[in-house]
Formats: sequence, C-alpha cells, structure tokens
Amino acid sequence: MSDPTTLKDVYLDNNATTMVDPAVVEVMLPYFTEQYGNPSSIHSFGNQVGRSLKKARQQVQALLGVEHDSEIIFTSCGTESDSTAILSALKAQPERKEIITTVVEHPAVLSLCDYLEKDGYTVHKLKVDSKGRLDLDEYARILTERADHIAVVSVMWANNETGTIFPVEEMATMAADAEVMFHTDAVQAVGKIPMDLKNTDIDMLSLSGHKLHAPKGVGVLYLRRGTRYRPLLRGGHQERGRRAGTENMASIIALGKACELAAEKMAYENTEVKAMRDRLQEGILASVSHCFPTGDVENRLPNTCNIAFEYIEGEAILMLLNKAGIAASSGSACTSGSLEPSHVMMAMGIPYTAAHGTIRFSLSCYNTMDEMERVIEAVPSIVAQLRKLSPYWGEDGPIEDPEKLFAPTYA
Amino acid sequence: MWDYSDTVKEHFFNPKNARAMDDADAIGDVGSIQCGDALRLTLKVNAESEVIEDAAFQTFGCGSAIASSSVLTEMIKGKTLDEALKVTNQDIASELDGLPPEKMHCSVMGREALQAAVANYRGEVWKDDHEEGALICKCFAVDAVMIEDTVRANNLRTVEDVTNYTKAGGGCSACHEGIEEILTRVLAETGEAFNARASRQKLHASKEKPPVPGKGMSNLERIKRIERVIEMVRPQLQRDRGDVTLVDVDGDTVFINLVGACSGCQMASLTISGIQQQMMEDLGEFVRVVPVPANHAATTGVTA
Repeated sequence: MSDPTTLKDVYLDNNATTMVDPAVVEVMLPYFTEQYGNPSSIHSFGNQVGRSLKKARQQVQALLGVEHDSEIIFTSCGTESDSTAILSALKAQPERKEIITTVVEHPAVLSLCDYLEKDGYTVHKLKVDSKGRLDLDEYARILTERADHIAVVSVMWANNETGTIFPVEEMATMAADAEVMFHTDAVQAVGKIPMDLKNTDIDMLSLSGHKLHAPKGVGVLYLRRGTRYRPLLRGGHQERGRRAGTENMASIIALGKACELAAEKMAYENTEVKAMRDRLQEGILASVSHCFPTGDVENRLPNTCNIAFEYIEGEAILMLLNKAGIAASSGSACTSGSLEPSHVMMAMGIPYTAAHGTIRFSLSCYNTMDEMERVIEAVPSIVAQLRKLSPYWGEDGPIEDPEKLFAPTYA
Repeated sequence: MWDYSDTVKEHFFNPKNARAMDDADAIGDVGSIQCGDALRLTLKVNAESEVIEDAAFQTFGCGSAIASSSVLTEMIKGKTLDEALKVTNQDIASELDGLPPEKMHCSVMGREALQAAVANYRGEVWKDDHEEGALICKCFAVDAVMIEDTVRANNLRTVEDVTNYTKAGGGCSACHEGIEEILTRVLAETGEAFNARASRQKLHASKEKPPVPGKGMSNLERIKRIERVIEMVRPQLQRDRGDVTLVDVDGDTVFINLVGACSGCQMASLTISGIQQQMMEDLGEFVRVVPVPANHAATTGVTA
C-alpha cells in the first residue's frame, strides 16, 4: 500500500472485474428491501418487479443492438452463458460431434471443450500467430471440410489477456454460409466495442455483468430468435423456460442500468480511456529496456495493454506493484499456481525469456491520466530491483549467453 | 493473491544476501528460465572446517522463490556442509512460517540448490531425481507425476489406495476427479479399466465389518501387537517429520500421542483412522484410537 492518507490505490485490473458504478448500486438497492416480490407473482409486489425486469431486458437489448428483447436470457455469469450455449448446440444437434474454437479462449470455454473431448467430441482449436491473430484460411478450411459435423463455432470477441479483437462478425458470416451455429464469448468486448447484433450472423453471445460495472453473479446469453436451443437448467418458466430459476432481480436491474451507462460511455472509452492506455504503454516502453507489448496492438480493446518484461517473473512484479499501491495482473505460471505460463502467451510463442514476466494493465473510465503517470514512475525501479536479483541479468543488461552461464549440472 | 506469511513477505521485500558472489567456492544452479524459476546459490566455505562462512543467491522467480532463497542463505551460514545438507525443504518452509501448497516447490528448489552447491564444492555431480507434474491435491501438495509413479509402483486401483499411499485426496476431496483420471490413464497402460465401484465397495466393507473380539489373547500379547502396529506406521510418519507413540491402552481404547508435523495436520484424523484400521485387522477386534497429550494418564479419565 502506498500512503493511504494521500493517494488512492490505482486499480488497473478491470479485465478481472470492475467497480460497481455508484449509480448502478443506487438502482439495485430497492430490490433487496421494498421491491422484493417474485416477478412471476400476480400481486402488486410481483407485478412491479416484472415491469422492472422488462426494462432491464430492454436496456441490455439496446446496448447489444438486438432485434427482440426476448432474445436476452439472464443467467448467473459469463461462464454459465458459455456452457449453456455450447451444450445447447450439442444437445440440439446430436448428430454433430465437433466444435471449432481457438487456443486462446477463456477457461470458461476451453475447459468445457477439453471435458467434451474426453466424452468423445472432437474440438478443432484454431491457432494464433505471434501477435495473437487467427488464421481465417485455416478456419475456412475446417468449416468447409467438416461443415456437416460441426455443431458450433465458439470464438471470443476479444481476448481477456491481450485485448486482441477477433473478427467475429466475419467469422459468424462464414459459419452461417456453412450452416453452422456461431457463439461468441463477448465478456471483455461488451461495453467497449459498439455492437449491432441484429445485423450480424452471430447466433449466441455471452456477457458478464461484473466486467461492465454491474455486480458479480449476473450474466446474459443472447440467443437469436430461431436458433435451435436446449436449456441447461430446466424447471420453472422463468426466462420463457430457457433458464429456469428465480431471477436474481437486484443484479438484473443493476446490469440493465450498467448497460445503459456503458452505451453512454462508449465514446469516452474509445477516446479518453484509450489515450490513457496509450500513454501508459508508451511511458513504460520508453523508460524500461527489454520489454514489449504482446498481442495485436493495432487491433485491441481500448482499455487493455499487456507488457512482457524479460528476465523477471510476473508474480514478483505484481507483489512490488501492489506494495506501490498499483493493482494489475500477470500471465505467469506462479500467479495461478500452475506449471505453465498463460496459455495465451504460450500460444503466441512469446520468447521464454519473457513468457513468465507478462503484466496486464486493464483500465476503466474511473482511471485518470495522473494515475498513469504514477504507474509510469513506479515501474522502472520495480523492474530494476527484480532484475538485480535475477541470475540472468548482469550489470546493465541480460547476461550474454544465459543458457551457458547459468548451467545447472543436471540439465 | 497468495496468502503469504509476514515472514515470506519480509524476505521478498527485503531479501538477505541477494547478490552475485565473484569469489565463490561453491555454486549451485537449479531451475531454468523456461520453467519460470531459477536459483543460483553461491557459498564461501572454510577449507579446514567446511563451515559455510558466507552464502548468497540470485533468483529468477516469484515471491516465494525469492523468499525461500533468502531464508535459506540465512539458515545455512555458520553451518558445516554436512549440517547444512540436513536442512530439508520442510525446514525452509517452516522458517518462512509456511508456504501455500502450490508454492512448496520453491522450498524444494532451495534444498536442491544447496545439494547442487555442496556437490559442486566436493567435485561431485549432483543428480536431480525429482520431476514435477501438475498439482493435483492442493491440500497436501501432491503432483500428478508423484501419483502416477506411486500408482505404477504399487499397482494401486482406487482413489482410496492413492490417498493411503500419497495422501492425495485425503483432504477436501475436490481432486478425486483428477485422481480418477490418472488411475484411468495408468491402468489403461496394462489394459485394465478403472472401476470406481471397487473403491466404494471397499469403503463399505470396511465400515460394515463386524467387530470380532480378540479371543484367547493375553493382555501382554495384545499390547505387544498394538506396539507392533505403532512401530510399523512410524517410519511413514517420520518421513513427513512427524511421529507417534503409544501412551496407554484401556479396554478397547488405545491412547496415542501424535507429534511433530502430524499434530495439527489436516491429515491427523486420517492418520488416526488408518492406525485404528490396521490395529483392528491385526488384533481381530474393535479398538478405538484416541490422540492424547504425551503425559496423559488414561485411567484417570475413563473410569467411573
């Protein structure tokens, strides 16, 4: 912590989760106390809540550019939306046993696909190049060759670690031409990229409330009218029987409001927030040697930059950043307790000298340019401090032949 | 973020002996930049007495890797090489007031660097016999390679077997799916299918076994048998830096004392039920094993 009496901590981990907007908190509060009715009830308690539910649905509809409000299904989170979409596609088309996705998806999709593979499904994972971009020729080839066997294509709209944006609208059209369902995990993209789903070929889309200043525990599955669908949760008639379970009303109201605010702030996100992000990256690259941004920097979310620092390890960087009052995240193996660094960095083939030292800074509209300057000031000494400890770093640069100079005898 | 102890944080934020040592008598390098952690331990050794006069480190790695390196240099300074070699990874972790299970390998790396440095000083080649796999059991920090090797070496068949041999799965049980996957894979190598029911039947059988009283056994013979079971389990506990002693026997109640790493360990109850099971099988009668402090006099509590 920096001195809490003078400076607020700088929160640059908005791709992990965001602060609930105070205006959002305000609209949700009555639904805990006064408006506690069940929207399915006939009496006035329920009736009023039912009307609010309809309004929230329309607010989400507006942000996504959806044709009918009945295409919005409220869920508990982005992961539930992803699972529902993919499992629905398999269940509705039992003769189709193959899925196309990418190697850089969020675990919400990848872990599910790995599990389905064990159950006998075939998963085609599209590879990425060194900038994290997909090869659409590879995609077209698999679509053509396996069209009758593919149940669903699931590709994220934007990558959570690098912010790299994928051409999902184009890919959805290609899938539609092959008569294959298309789902996109748009958890990181909603609220940052303008969307007009009614004019795309996207059949299903997942979003998560807590990534856009609504609370945790609420999400949405967009389901285009006419898309064949099998619910994950069956039971009551909530969400037109497509997602049973009493509605999480306070959070749904909150998500509606957050979507309304996100639409209003879309321009700010793509100008002011982007300017802060650009300044942060440029400032760090100018003052620290042996570091570089990862992903497709020309084509990424306006709020995200991911910088790889060579010869040091991410968790150690985060701990020192945290001590300086700066919150960010890392793709290093040690932060997750796994043996491998982030699958996204591995997929892009980031050099091993840097793969463990990647740091993601993700901004929101609540950050300020002053905060960026504070981070730019703090980072160089943190990096220097850890490089001083590193056996791969000499006086003022990496040792010349790290493989030879640092040579465990057993290796 | 990890729940690091204050000692870990202190050693990370203010590492001791972090520097390159140009005139080192011994160098121990372990890890690699590909793996995400690498440690160089350098020692100044008195040629006469083999006392470590100075120790320094350079580490590429996470907070706990740096803290483990730092505390290790402090622990071994002033020790002879032979004394230093007795430092275990558990000692390193304890000196740091504990490490999260996912991070225990950082302490292992510290110990390996020490072994490598001593081997380097003595002109020997140190062999790394330790391969690390993905962490399966987070309660007891058991990785996939360890489970696979143990399953192969001992022809294990069930999750329960794996827990008995490696501790994996003995805590929260969330990793049982992962253990079943390993069993399925390893058993498939010899064309055998994993059978989840075998495990359950065995569990039920042991619970439903009617107690058979140990007929015709003298008190002396009975206590000797109880002692023998205790002696049998001790080496296993001692490997984990724990121990067990027999305190007293009163009727069907056997009072034991767990010490060291065993006391307060999440596994204590499992250890006790394991001992109890072995005693019942050996004696052919029902006994209850109760852990007590070492100075506990059984008879004062249970009469009346």
